[in-house]
Amino acid sequence: MSASRSNAPYYFVPGPSRWPVLAGLSLLLTMIGASAWVNHVSWGSYVNIAGVMLTVIVMYNWFGDAISESESGKYSARIDVSYRWSMSWFIFSEVMFFAAFFGALFYARSISMPWLADIDHKLLWPDFSGQWGNAGPAGTVDAFTTMGPFPIPTINTALLLTSGVTLTISHHALRAGQRGKTAFWLFATIALGAVFIGFQAYEYIHAYHELNLKLTSGIYGSTFFMLTGFHGFHVTLGAIMLGVVWFRVMKGHFTPEQHFAFEGAAWYWHFVDVVWLGLYIVVYWM
Amino acid sequence: MLGAAVLATSLPALATGDSQGGPAIRQLNLQAPVTKIAEDIYSLHNLMLGICLTIFVIVFGVMFYSIIAHRKSVGHKAATFHESTSVEIAWTVVPFIIVILMALPATKTVVAMKDTSSPDLTIKVTGMQWKWGYDYLKGEGEGISFLSTLATPRTQIGAPGVLPTEARTDNYLLEVDNPVVVPVNKKVRLITTANDVIHSWTIPAFGVKQDAIPGYVRDTWFKAEKTGVYRGQCVELCGKEHAFMPIVVNVVTEEEYKNWVATKKKEMAAKADDPAKVWTLDELKQRGEKVYAANCVACHQATGKGIPGAFPALEGSAVVTGPKAAQIGILLNGKNAMPAWKSTLSDTEIAAVITYTRNSWSNKAAENLVQPAEVLAARK
Amino acid sequence: MSSTTVPHSHDHAHDHAHDHPHGWRRWLFATNHKDIGSLYLWFSFTMLLSGGVLALLIRAELFQPGLQVVQPELFNQLTTMHGLIMVFGAIMPAFVGFANWMIPLQIGASDMAFARMNNFSFWLMPPAAILLVSSFFVPGGATAAGWTLYAPLSTQMGPGMDMAIFAVHIMGASSIMGSINIITTILNMRAPGMTLMKMPMFCWTWLITAYLLIAVMPVLAGAITMTLTDRHFGTSFFNAAGGGDPVMYQHIFWFFGHPEVYIMILPAFGIISQIVPAFARKPLFGYASMVYATASIAILSFIVWAHHMFTTGMPVTAQLFFMYATMLISVPTGVKVFNWVATMWKGSMTFETPMLFAVGFIFVFTMGGFTGLILAVTPIDIQLQDTYYVVAHFHYVLVAGSLFSLFAGFYYWGPKWTGFMYNEFRGKVHFWGSLITFNITFFPMHFLGLAGMPRRYADYPAQFTDWNVVATVGAFGFGLMQVYFLLFVVFPAIRGGKPAPAKPWEGAEGLEWTVPSPAPFHTFEEPPEFR
Ligand code: HEA
Ligand code: HEA
Ligand code: CUA
Ligand SMILES: [Cu+2]
Repeated sequence: MSASRSNAPYYFVPGPSRWPVLAGLSLLLTMIGASAWVNHVSWGSYVNIAGVMLTVIVMYNWFGDAISESESGKYSARIDVSYRWSMSWFIFSEVMFFAAFFGALFYARSISMPWLADIDHKLLWPDFSGQWGNAGPAGTVDAFTTMGPFPIPTINTALLLTSGVTLTISHHALRAGQRGKTAFWLFATIALGAVFIGFQAYEYIHAYHELNLKLTSGIYGSTFFMLTGFHGFHVTLGAIMLGVVWFRVMKGHFTPEQHFAFEGAAWYWHFVDVVWLGLYIVVYWM
Repeated sequence: MLGAAVLATSLPALATGDSQGGPAIRQLNLQAPVTKIAEDIYSLHNLMLGICLTIFVIVFGVMFYSIIAHRKSVGHKAATFHESTSVEIAWTVVPFIIVILMALPATKTVVAMKDTSSPDLTIKVTGMQWKWGYDYLKGEGEGISFLSTLATPRTQIGAPGVLPTEARTDNYLLEVDNPVVVPVNKKVRLITTANDVIHSWTIPAFGVKQDAIPGYVRDTWFKAEKTGVYRGQCVELCGKEHAFMPIVVNVVTEEEYKNWVATKKKEMAAKADDPAKVWTLDELKQRGEKVYAANCVACHQATGKGIPGAFPALEGSAVVTGPKAAQIGILLNGKNAMPAWKSTLSDTEIAAVITYTRNSWSNKAAENLVQPAEVLAARK
Repeated sequence: MSSTTVPHSHDHAHDHAHDHPHGWRRWLFATNHKDIGSLYLWFSFTMLLSGGVLALLIRAELFQPGLQVVQPELFNQLTTMHGLIMVFGAIMPAFVGFANWMIPLQIGASDMAFARMNNFSFWLMPPAAILLVSSFFVPGGATAAGWTLYAPLSTQMGPGMDMAIFAVHIMGASSIMGSINIITTILNMRAPGMTLMKMPMFCWTWLITAYLLIAVMPVLAGAITMTLTDRHFGTSFFNAAGGGDPVMYQHIFWFFGHPEVYIMILPAFGIISQIVPAFARKPLFGYASMVYATASIAILSFIVWAHHMFTTGMPVTAQLFFMYATMLISVPTGVKVFNWVATMWKGSMTFETPMLFAVGFIFVFTMGGFTGLILAVTPIDIQLQDTYYVVAHFHYVLVAGSLFSLFAGFYYWGPKWTGFMYNEFRGKVHFWGSLITFNITFFPMHFLGLAGMPRRYADYPAQFTDWNVVATVGAFGFGLMQVYFLLFVVFPAIRGGKPAPAKPWEGAEGLEWTVPSPAPFHTFEEPPEFR
């Protein structure tokens, strides 16, 4: 029961929908909750979590609507193009988000740190040497060990690169109309992602318990955890997207010609992959 | 609310004269320069203004001519042209050249402003909420160090609903208790830094403005060519008293500077408190009241009642009436909006002000006396 | 760009009743670009009034030296929230409202590419506004760190700061989704025959603006996320003690902030580029160079950010680089000004209100542009940074620039929206009243700044009194003119008046004039022919 576009309108415009405004309200709840939570107000966490759950419910219904529109053949080829454009620009915005954090790492390491260690700053920080991986000049941060590329990050690199390959195999299978093969390799991709996240979690525990490397470990800890943390979060998002796509494959959605949901999720996965390669080099090796 | 504003207008002696070394009444242009850099800036600005005005007059001359001549009501028929490559290239290239011509003299000044090498005198400037600290690091006067706070009394400023009770002077908000003193015609290098948030140090007449960044140092320089008093104000938003931390520099002859250094040094020696000295309750309270007035009233208010929602009351506060160690800790290290005082106040001053708060208003703390030695011990 | 269009004679016989809900559902559940456009416009006007009330409180306090109306800490909150509300609540959403209304009509599309997401973009704005405004009432009040939210002052703020951070996150998400929608609509839904280089200028400027938004809003989100974690989770991004740097915040912020100011002016250029040819009855001069100039401004805007930071103390090479790059932007902007003047040249001009506002825009915006150029010269900027000269500069480009262009656009396209002509006399009163009071308010600020009056000051040396009095009087006058606009121009034009023809302006061109006024709920369901 796959989409046939023959009777699709020129450009399908959905009718009124309750989801957008409900999503807005859920986010309002989420943010009110978050503001209260970070300030240790007792009800903050509940409101925040309720908001997030509502958002997820709304999104589930919203995407459900979109999927059934797609499956009932309302989406013309032109809409497919729209999805392509929008996904590309969305990924571009994500690139810029990561750019802010990579930029912060670059700036703190290559501009601020030499400054803090230069001759003028001896006035304030007489003993600061300016080696990367320091805990800042004030000595208020407990000593810690930095995180090297072996073994977990390297294993993780291998995992993500492999997952890129499995995803491509799955895509080729979909284009060849081999549904079983598609589902299998897609599942493999998701599994690789899950293992990646597992390793990442293990790495964090290792950092906190054995290396004494924490989010509060000066600028090193800040950039390390925020960069890898946001990346891990994006891997999770990507895995959820692929999960939804896998579910749809199992339900018999998609044709060899029309399967943008698959492709969009795949683009996203590759983007997350590339960000990891950047992290692997900049955070772990340099 | 507006009523108060209108009332304030009717207060006598509001209209003042020009501020010496500060702005003049209804001044239209930059302040009179007293350094070479400020002069450069002054003429750069004139140059820019001249070029911009010329372009402005030409462009809008053409536009208004067209508006008058090519209107429908005078029967003008519309032409149909809509491009001309040569004209378009011309008005891309010509502005480009103009911009380069503007940038050339500016470049020279930028380089000169950045040249802080071989100074005669080096002063470290520390921005704090909400005062300036000065340390003479190198050159004649080395070792001098003092704080500089607003000298204009609150009674001239007033508050919402409270009219000022004292007439304003010419240097309203532009006067400090301890001005910076520097010799004329000497290159002074300033090293700026800050304790809490970013502040910015400026004297418009010198053409100097440099942010003071916590944890970092930056430098700038000036060489004043005329004696006199010069005034500026903190120019980076730094919290509620941002408007109340002015800067005053006293440029004096070499002779006068020598004298000033001598007296200042004597004064400092006399003022230095021995933290081992044991004080009586009354001595500490008296001293503490002064410290309080100079540092704490802005937030906690003279009544000790604070400002609800923003600054906590000291009267009846659990910290002030409870064990003294906690209060010493907060004064030394700060908490949220409360600044850390350890680098700005001496042990004696901290001990005195704590003692004062513990015995003032309705406060009757059990531990009502703090000696400087205890503060010294808590610093460790 | 001379184009003729074959209006698509299309009697909408088929029923759209199911798509045309009534009552509150129509607005809450909207998927119609026109309805969503109206929502945006109403929202932004409300925010303009709210931000304006804050501005009037600021001006009331500054009417006289001393403290009369508000305490300094509240004053700083007012300044901060005025900036935030005006930038994110008034100007940006207003342009999005224009985009929603006009882009589908101008390119012959049936709606925006993603109609539901479009509504989501809108319905993120009220929550953000609620967060911002209600932050005034939490302990410690709203954030008072300036609209730039500089660290480490922002670290000292109370919960109001977190609410502002989350509000900006939401608005950022809204802008990104809105921009994706606009780009996709423009790239994918143009009527057959409308190549990019035949597209109306307004669409071009929005295409480039949307690109800027997608590029920089995530960067702002990153910056304030770092602020949030510095505040609550112990990171040290902006804290020297842990190896971070407060100036790093400024770099990240202004990497967003400078493109942001062009985000607020490029669509304005677009509106002006539609109006001037319409009333000069002559095609836009130098269409192609207009497109290239817009693109150049956008590209250059990424490499000039540190001109806001000359006084932080940069290496001399950095100062020079940013000075040169900034000054270069005057070249493409100049091209635009010259093109507009050349469009008027030998035209057959009339001066209805849209044209008045357009000409007023060109005149006053250029003054703001020139003061920008003067500020770009590093030594002069060091003298003037953080003084009222800067305040004067950016109100010239933002109020007489962005806001005036929005007024111009309202008068130009309003008949298409409401179906009624506004009252021409009242429009003219609004224009002249606004122009004059605007200059009374903001022109004296140049003098104040040159003489050295710092910005974000609750109280000032008495020598600055007289110009502040003038500015305050002007500000109240300007405010009254906007109330007049709402009560005597906008409301009457919605309720009735002279019915507007499909094309009320003799010289106007474009697909939007081929549909009736008011534009029917559904337009261009089948794409029109465009030749
Ligand atoms: C719509 C918004 C907008 C626009 C369009 C601009 C346009 C420009 N701005 Fe402005 N600016 C702001 C909004 C804007 N700005 C804001 C909000 C701030 C303060 C932020 C804050 O601190 O809170 C600011 C601050 C600001 C500063 C920092 C001041 C300081 O804090 O010290 C500088 C410095 O370089 C600057 C420069 C410029 C320049 C060079 C332009 C140029 O784009 C102008 C170009 C236009 C022209 C030059 C006129 C037309 C040209 C001709 C007729 C051609 C012929 C001319 C010549 C060849 C000379 N701006
Ligand atoms: C983006 C657009 C924008 C707009 C449209 C405006 C509009 C106005 N601005 Fe704003 N302004 C900024 C952006 C904007 N501003 C920014 C970014 C800052 C910097 C903030 C910072 O430093 O962090 C700033 C800062 C700023 C300052 C400096 C504050 C300081 O440094 O402490 C001042 C001072 O006069 C000011 C004044 C005004 C005035 C009088 C208007 C007027 O044009 C407003 C007109 C509108 C109204 C007045 C509302 C309509 C009237 C009513 C609702 C009814 C009541 C009216 C009467 C009874 C008369 N603005
Ligand atoms: Cu210190 Cu402003
Ligand atoms: Cu800028």
